[in-house]
Amino acid sequence: MSSPRVDVDSESFWAALRDHRIVLQQCQACAKKRFPPMPSCPWCGTPGGVDVETDASGRVYSWVTVHRQLTVPREVPYTVATVQLDDGPRLLGRLDGHASVDAPVESFFVDHDDWTELRFRVVS
Amino acid sequence: MKAAIAGVGYTALTKHSGKTPLGLAREACQAALDDAGVPASAVDGIASFAVMHDSAPCVSVATALAVPQLRFVVDADLGGQAPCYLVWLASMAVATGHAENVLVFRSLNGRSGARVGTMEFSGAGGQYRYPIGYDAYLMYCAMWARRFLHETGQTEEDLGAVAVAQRTYAASNERAYKRWPLTLEEHQGQSYVCEPFRPDDCTVEVDGACAVLVTSVERARDLRRPPAVIASGAFRAGPRPGLDIGDHLLWADYTRNYTSILRDELFGRAGVTPADVDVAEIYDCFTSTVLMGLEGLGLAERGGAGDLVRSGRLPINTHGGLLAEGYLHGMNTVAEAVTQIRAGHEVCAVTSGALMDGSALVLVNDR
Repeated sequence: MSSPRVDVDSESFWAALRDHRIVLQQCQACAKKRFPPMPSCPWCGTPGGVDVETDASGRVYSWVTVHRQLTVPREVPYTVATVQLDDGPRLLGRLDGHASVDAPVESFFVDHDDWTELRFRVVS
Repeated sequence: MKAAIAGVGYTALTKHSGKTPLGLAREACQAALDDAGVPASAVDGIASFAVMHDSAPCVSVATALAVPQLRFVVDADLGGQAPCYLVWLASMAVATGHAENVLVFRSLNGRSGARVGTMEFSGAGGQYRYPIGYDAYLMYCAMWARRFLHETGQTEEDLGAVAVAQRTYAASNERAYKRWPLTLEEHQGQSYVCEPFRPDDCTVEVDGACAVLVTSVERARDLRRPPAVIASGAFRAGPRPGLDIGDHLLWADYTRNYTSILRDELFGRAGVTPADVDVAEIYDCFTSTVLMGLEGLGLAERGGAGDLVRSGRLPINTHGGLLAEGYLHGMNTVAEAVTQIRAGHEVCAVTSGALMDGSALVLVNDR
C-alpha cells in the first residue's frame, strides 16, 4: 500500500498510529472532537485544538466492498467502512468481518514499512 | 433583465476523439453558436470547469474562436457540481449587463486521456483514503448509496430501475454511447464493481465536449431557437463539506445531498413548486444520485424515488443521462434540459453534482 502524504495538520495523528495510539483533535472552545485533523474547529471556527486519545470503537455508518481493481493493482475484494465512533467523529478504514450498517466494530493496527494503518473488525 | 439559453452544441461522444480538449471545446462552442445563430464575434464571456487540468482554459477557447474580447471568464476548479452554477453565474452577468453572450462549456478526453473516475485528487483528505484503497470517486458515491438505501428502505433494484429507464431513453438518442437496451434482470445479474454498484449503475466515460450559449431573453427571442428561460439557479455547499471533493467524513447525513438544502431557494426564486416540474434532468454519475436528487428536490417523497422512476409519471434524464449518453460531467444534462423546453415542456429542474456540494437550475418556457 502507498504511504499517506502527511502534512503539518496530520503529522501527530500518523505519529500516534505508529505508536499504536489513536488521536483525535478536540476544540478548546466548544469541546467538539474532530477528524480529519485541520487548523481550526469546523463547528465553531476556533483555531487550534488539542490531541485526545480514543479507542476508535463505534459502529458502521456505511460501507462499500470493492470487487474490481480500478486504480492500482490490489487484491480484491476488500471492504472499506465509514465508522461512527462512540467518541463523536467518523473515521475511514478497511473492515474485516461481515459488513452491515450499524454493526459494532473495534479497531486494530497494521504496521507497514513506513506507516501504520488503522483497521476495523466487526465485533460479534 | 432575464437570461436564457439560446444555443446548445455537442461533439460526438467517443472512446478516442483523436483531438485535444481545445479542439473539442472549439467544436462544441461553435456548434452552440451555430445553433443559436450568433457569430463568435458577439461572444464576450466564457465559463468552464476542469478536474485536475483535464480541459482547455477559457482564454484558449476565446483564442481558437477568434473572440474579439472577453469581459467575463470563469475557469472553475470543480467537477460535476459546476454546470448549473456556471450557467447561473453567466445569467447573472447577462442580467446585470456585465456580459451579453456567454459560452459555458465542458471539454475533456475523459476516456482516452485523464480519467476522472480513477484520478487522485489533490487536497488534504486524500491521505486517509488513497493508502487504504478508498481511491475512486465511485466508492464515495457507493458509500452514500449504501446508507441511503438502508435508511429509505430502497434496494439495489431501485438503483437498477434508474439504469433501465435511462437506457430506454438512450435508445432513441443518436449521441448516446450506450444505445442498447437493458433489463432489470440483466442489471441484477451483473457482478459488482464496488458494492452496491454494478457496471450499469456507473456513468460511461467518454471523450467529448458540450456547450451552451447564455444571452438575454430579449436577444434570444430574435435568434434561431426558442429561448429556454433561466428562471432560477442555486449553488449550495452544506455544512462542513470537507477537505476536498472526496472527503465526506464531516458530512452528517449520507442520505441527503446538496439538493435537499438548495431546493427552497431554487424553486422559490423561480416562483414554482416541485409539482410544477414536468421534466427533470438529474445529475447521474451513478444511479443512486438520481434517487437522492429526486427526493432532495421534493419531486419524490422520501423513499419513493424508485417508485417514481418505475412509474414513468415524470420524464427523467431523457437523453439517457450520464449513465448512457456519456460523462460530460453534467454539461450535457443542462443541454438536454434546453432540448426538453424547446420540445414543449413547461418547467425543467436540472441538477449538477452528487454529494456535499452542487448546483441546480429551473428552466422554463418563454411564456
